[in-house]
Amino acid sequence: MDVFGSALSSLGGGFAALTWQAAVMIVLGIGLLYLGVVKGFEPLLLLPIGFGVILGNLPLAGMSAHDEGGVLNLLYKAGILTELFPVLLFIGLGAMIDFGPMLANPVVLIFGAAGQFGIFLTLFLALSLGFARQEAASIAIIGAMDGPTAIYVTTKFAPLLLPAISIAAYSYMSLVPIIQPPIMRFMTTKKERSIVMAYGSKKVSQKVKILFPVVAGIITILIAPMGAPLMGMLMLGNFLRESGVVKRLTDVSENALANIVTLLLGLTIGASMLGGNFLQWQTILIFGLGFIAICLDTVTGVLLGKFMCFITRGKINPLIGAAGTSAFPMSSRVVQKEGQKANPRSFLLWHAIGANTGGQIGSVMAAAVMLAVMVGLGIGPLLK
Amino acid sequence: MDLEFGLTMTIVGMGVTLGTLVFLILVISLLTRLFPFKEEKKKEIEG
Repeated sequence: MDVFGSALSSLGGGFAALTWQAAVMIVLGIGLLYLGVVKGFEPLLLLPIGFGVILGNLPLAGMSAHDEGGVLNLLYKAGILTELFPVLLFIGLGAMIDFGPMLANPVVLIFGAAGQFGIFLTLFLALSLGFARQEAASIAIIGAMDGPTAIYVTTKFAPLLLPAISIAAYSYMSLVPIIQPPIMRFMTTKKERSIVMAYGSKKVSQKVKILFPVVAGIITILIAPMGAPLMGMLMLGNFLRESGVVKRLTDVSENALANIVTLLLGLTIGASMLGGNFLQWQTILIFGLGFIAICLDTVTGVLLGKFMCFITRGKINPLIGAAGTSAFPMSSRVVQKEGQKANPRSFLLWHAIGANTGGQIGSVMAAAVMLAVMVGLGIGPLLK
Repeated sequence: MDLEFGLTMTIVGMGVTLGTLVFLILVISLLTRLFPFKEEKKKEIEG
């Protein structure tokens, strides 16, 4: 009977070892699965993250990203701590993006800068709340509205905040259609929102489309070499797409590679969200600051749109400014929808996509400059 | 609050981001002038 008892002793041990923090996290994981499956919020990410949260918090399972030697620990070390996953994801992003509308109307690239202002305003807020420089910079980058960029910067400077920041970044990206419209309506008059912009008929030669990722990659990396892994991979993906001679590589980049990395990235990030380090007041502050960052991006984007509307004597619809973020293509769709609500004859999508792709470049550039400044000031990673 | 750090980051960060994007606008304008769009002629199938 002793042998029988010993054989059964390790079964069911998980129930005894379950803490209230782990239980809360498991419920949170189920909540993320619910949002992904039922509500359709970023299911590609929320499903692996939610499942990762559940697996990582089940006691004695050895599935947390911090369980030495575990499967997800290996993935965490190989893909997150080395920054490999977010960088690989950028090849896929580049292969998915058509810079055509932006190249045809390059002025919209300026909106890509305005859409990053929230990052720096949020940095001030985070510093005023007592966060360390590395933490403040990592939190502020949520305002880039770009999950991989946020993960890349946070891994470099505040890896302990990675779970909260990555969840906040991806959650807010999916909430762009809810967050942006009220701000856009509040900041513009119906007359401004009704402005009809001529549909872009200007076309760009294939040579320009092929040369742009090469030239832009070289210029931006020479200016801010710290951002080379992000910008370099983004431009590589786009070059593969536009070259037209490597359809198989383009297909792999925008489908298989992006999907595999998204799955592993989400799973490992989820498995790193343990009750002990996630259920803190700091997490609530990070979510609050991330929300403010995204609102400020929209505010500054629309303000620039209003300015451009003024100097062009009403030729630019200010709503376009809200698309100067990295939330691609959600922001463009929001602009199109709001424009049509105000004036059913208005089609802003083409212009908004141009600003949106500009926002993608702007957010990577802002992150690269931020990294360069931090390194220039001699600020290293915060490990405690 | 670490005002000096915040201001440095904001001025350099926004300044360089904006400057780079303006420079890219000029580069794109140059590229589109050097290589204007031409409607591709459809090759006639012989025979």
